[in-house]
Amino acid sequence: MLETSSRLDVARLRADFPILRQLVHGKPLVFLDSAASSQKPESVIRALDEYYREYNANVHRGVYQISERATARMEEARVKLARFINAPSPRQMIFTRNTTEAINLVAASWGRQNIGPGDVIVLTEMEHHSNLVPWQALAQEKGARLEFIPVDDDGRLQLEALDTLLTERVKLVAVTHVSNTLGTINPVAEIIRRAHAVGAVVLVDGAQSVPHLPVDVQALDCDFLAFSGHKMIGPMGVGGLYGRRSLLERMPPFLYGGSMIRTVGLRESTWNELPWKFEAGTPSAGDAIGLGVAVDYLTGIGMAAIRQHEQELVEYALPRLAAVPGVTLYGPRGEDRAGVISFTLDGIHPHDLASILDREGIAVRAGHHCCQPLMARYGLVATARASFYLYTTPEEVDALVAALHHAREVFGM
Amino acid sequence: MDRGMYQETIMDYARHPRNFGHVDSPDISYEDHNPLCGDQVRIELKLGAGGRIEQARFTGRGCAISQAAASMLVEMIEGKTLDEVKQIGRQEILDLLGIPISMARMKCAMLGLKVLKAGAYGMGGWPGEDEDEAWPTTSR
Repeated sequence: MLETSSRLDVARLRADFPILRQLVHGKPLVFLDSAASSQKPESVIRALDEYYREYNANVHRGVYQISERATARMEEARVKLARFINAPSPRQMIFTRNTTEAINLVAASWGRQNIGPGDVIVLTEMEHHSNLVPWQALAQEKGARLEFIPVDDDGRLQLEALDTLLTERVKLVAVTHVSNTLGTINPVAEIIRRAHAVGAVVLVDGAQSVPHLPVDVQALDCDFLAFSGHKMIGPMGVGGLYGRRSLLERMPPFLYGGSMIRTVGLRESTWNELPWKFEAGTPSAGDAIGLGVAVDYLTGIGMAAIRQHEQELVEYALPRLAAVPGVTLYGPRGEDRAGVISFTLDGIHPHDLASILDREGIAVRAGHHCCQPLMARYGLVATARASFYLYTTPEEVDALVAALHHAREVFGM
Repeated sequence: MDRGMYQETIMDYARHPRNFGHVDSPDISYEDHNPLCGDQVRIELKLGAGGRIEQARFTGRGCAISQAAASMLVEMIEGKTLDEVKQIGRQEILDLLGIPISMARMKCAMLGLKVLKAGAYGMGGWPGEDEDEAWPTTSR
């Protein structure tokens, strides 16, 4: 058994996650799909319950007690979230539904205003569809061009391509911080520095980094950072967009309607101040409050400790998975690897494999992971993917390895 | 050993698919994909008098469930008329497979039927989508 030097008391913190205490097909649930969505601690579940039982009311409207309480708790969550990523001000922390909506906000608002014919948007070959398809639509609408930083065989970005890709035509670089498929932690600070040198704006897709690593938007110097609450032990339905203040001030609204206005006439209106200019309509207040509680939980444990724990799990898992006959592992071997392991097992389609693992109580993802171009790059249609989080144990990695041997038996290998 | 969906018959059809291959100058040839798994199935039919299927073959690649189900279906329809084939629905496929199919894998199991119906009748959508049971559900 692994002697972990991690400062995490995983056994104790697992007790905070009620969903983990259950049997699936008669076996203990081994949840290895946190990259898709993470589990929630008791405190977050309780916060949602409390909100709906005690002070459910529309925010920023009522002058009565429970509405004021809801508003105060939601705005307090915004402050926590801003601090969590070291945003200079909570005005730069916009609540969205998720990463996808945050990226669409930037594409629709900043993109429509700033991208024109012949302009170039630089992406990478490893982007999730959510950081690819919005830019395809914008480029088609504006007559702009997409260029891609290629990925090498080890799953790392080939940064030397920036020498030719980064021209004065490049208006935007949109890059994922951590690959949801390969687990690669990209050198985003370096990409940002080089992109800024040609005057480009940089959006970082933080869906897989904000939940798992310490992320500091000022240290990175990124212009936008998008992330999802549900991947960081928060509720579904709430996420965030950080933006550079000078950009956010000049950007037009994303959605129009209530809350985002200052004055409304019959024929024209003026916009609310930041961040509410970008938050039209009734927000998911309870979920935002729950996300604030999730941030409290993560902060209490420490993002550096979570990162170290996941790094140790990856170091534990990679050689053990590689030792299963027929296993191919994807992604880099090194410190630039987050707790995501994509793999294939010869002769067994990843979906069949995931179904067999399910019977053993093990939840993994199988498919293209919303990265069809990346799959094509490696000549794959699908992989299986195990992903870790603060509550994952080495024993669960052992269970996965044992189940892979079992799958080979079922398939007569 | 808990085999779940992967009973011996399924594995046998997946490993040694019956009616795998092509038909010479087919009257009907149609292919479709299951974007979830990347499964692919093509079905080719040779028709005789009265729309009777003289020869039915399939080619494809993908997960064991999609390939076994397509093979069982194509084997079963040989000798039937197109009108008879039209009656085949979701339940007949589940009966052929004889195993509980989880909700997530239903599209794998039904890919062959989808290809057959689209190819033979130009029927779009998933088999059974015009029926009450259309919405994703599990056979368990």
